[in-house]
Amino acid sequence: MAETGRVTRAAPLPQWAHPVTLVRVAIILAVLVIWEAVAASGLLYRDVVPRLGIIVAAVWKLLSTPDYYWHLGVTAGEIGTGLLVGGVSGLLVGLVLGANRLLARAFEAYLYYLGPTPKIIFFPVMIMWFGVGPGSKIAMGAISCFFPIALSTAAGMRQIDKVLIRVGRSFRLNAWQMATKIYLPALRHPIINGVRLGLGVAIIGTLLAETKLSNRGIGFLIIQAYSLFDMPRMYAMLIVLFVLAIGVNALVGRLGGLHTIRRS
Amino acid sequence: MTAAARDRAVPFALGLGALLVFVLAAEVLIRAGAINRFIVPMPSQIAASFGRVILEEDIAGRFRLTFLEAFTAGAMITVVGVLIGLLLYRVALLRAATETWVAALASAPTVLMYPLFLVIFGRSAWTIIMMGFVAGLPPVILKTIEGLSGTRRVLIDVGRSFKLSPMQLFLKILFPAALPTIFVGVRLGLIFTLINVVGVEFLINFGGLGQLINDLAERYDLPGTYAAICFVILVSVVFFIITERIERWLRPVE
Repeated sequence: MAETGRVTRAAPLPQWAHPVTLVRVAIILAVLVIWEAVAASGLLYRDVVPRLGIIVAAVWKLLSTPDYYWHLGVTAGEIGTGLLVGGVSGLLVGLVLGANRLLARAFEAYLYYLGPTPKIIFFPVMIMWFGVGPGSKIAMGAISCFFPIALSTAAGMRQIDKVLIRVGRSFRLNAWQMATKIYLPALRHPIINGVRLGLGVAIIGTLLAETKLSNRGIGFLIIQAYSLFDMPRMYAMLIVLFVLAIGVNALVGRLGGLHTIRRS
Repeated sequence: MTAAARDRAVPFALGLGALLVFVLAAEVLIRAGAINRFIVPMPSQIAASFGRVILEEDIAGRFRLTFLEAFTAGAMITVVGVLIGLLLYRVALLRAATETWVAALASAPTVLMYPLFLVIFGRSAWTIIMMGFVAGLPPVILKTIEGLSGTRRVLIDVGRSFKLSPMQLFLKILFPAALPTIFVGVRLGLIFTLINVVGVEFLINFGGLGQLINDLAERYDLPGTYAAICFVILVSVVFFIITERIERWLRPVE
């Protein structure tokens, strides 16, 4: 084939010199410069907008305190247990509603409309039921993540390829075998999406409950920093928490993406 | 009864019937002492306390306050969100640089910043409004970009062939075409806003309906607490149904 019309391309830009990267760096730098200028100017209370150096030092101090990891462990344990309880019950309810059209039409509307209500208002009830300790925080996490996981699983069930179900029936699989051999493998993607959504709201539910009434966990540390007016520590904790929450969310999302790639 | 009507009535009756059976079973179990009545009040007590809570706790005033906070935050997310969305749609480089950040912000637990907002805005309605604003903004931005980008090319070409100015092109072509998608974002944003407004009211013990639940729980008025929770759920559900209807009405006919 004749090599006509070939245009010599310029060498691709390195990643750091890509315009998008440069704009991102410029935005971050602008925010930091404005923050530092405001902090140095004294226009706002120095304690509300501390200098960047003080915040960085607070992050370092926080991360080098063993006590912080103990509280992080408590919160992670509460979120994990809440996710397990809410996730398993959400999965079961989702499977039942997805498999039965009548039950779905009878009860799914309740889940659909209760799902986006503010869950934190149930906290006084959870304190009554499970006490002021970790039990009420776990319950808050479980309630929060139950709805997205149940709705996502039910919606996923209805989208399963009918051929797969017919194959299962033609092999005369019983209900348990249908669930473990057909439904659950076909539902990996919606379940992971539901868990991803559920994890986000479980983190919020658990931590908010900790800020309201607790003597341990990250939520407690945040509200303690507020009570002591230790703003650098509060900024440090919020920064670390946001990085952790976004990181975990991205990790679960990536797991979901991997499943799609393998399946295709 | 037609087949279609029966098709709708049977699931509705089953759902409602199961709810009634559940409430009745709770009443019986609590009366029999199987469930501690000092932890779970009887449904009949909860129903009876509705009138008291409505009259004595100034539900109307509290509802008005929560509505005003949510409405202010909702108006702010709509105006600011659509403007930022439009800016990111027009400046492709800025969009490429920041769209993932906005998406990350949407999944971040921003409500946990409420102690910080308490320091900045004090224990006032502005803390609640600003928390609602921060939580509800990302979906409006993301859906505005999605809506504007999804405008059919032929519509834009028609606008250009009529030599519309950029402002006319936006007002007469882009905005009307993107409106259904933008409203999906506004609705999502309003849901997040309402959740955060009521939640922060409860957490900082200030404002309308959220504070009422906190107040009643601290007074150990259990039937009142349960009644107030039912009322907030009812308000939320009515709000979702109304906004859902508007969303359906705006959706273009396929």
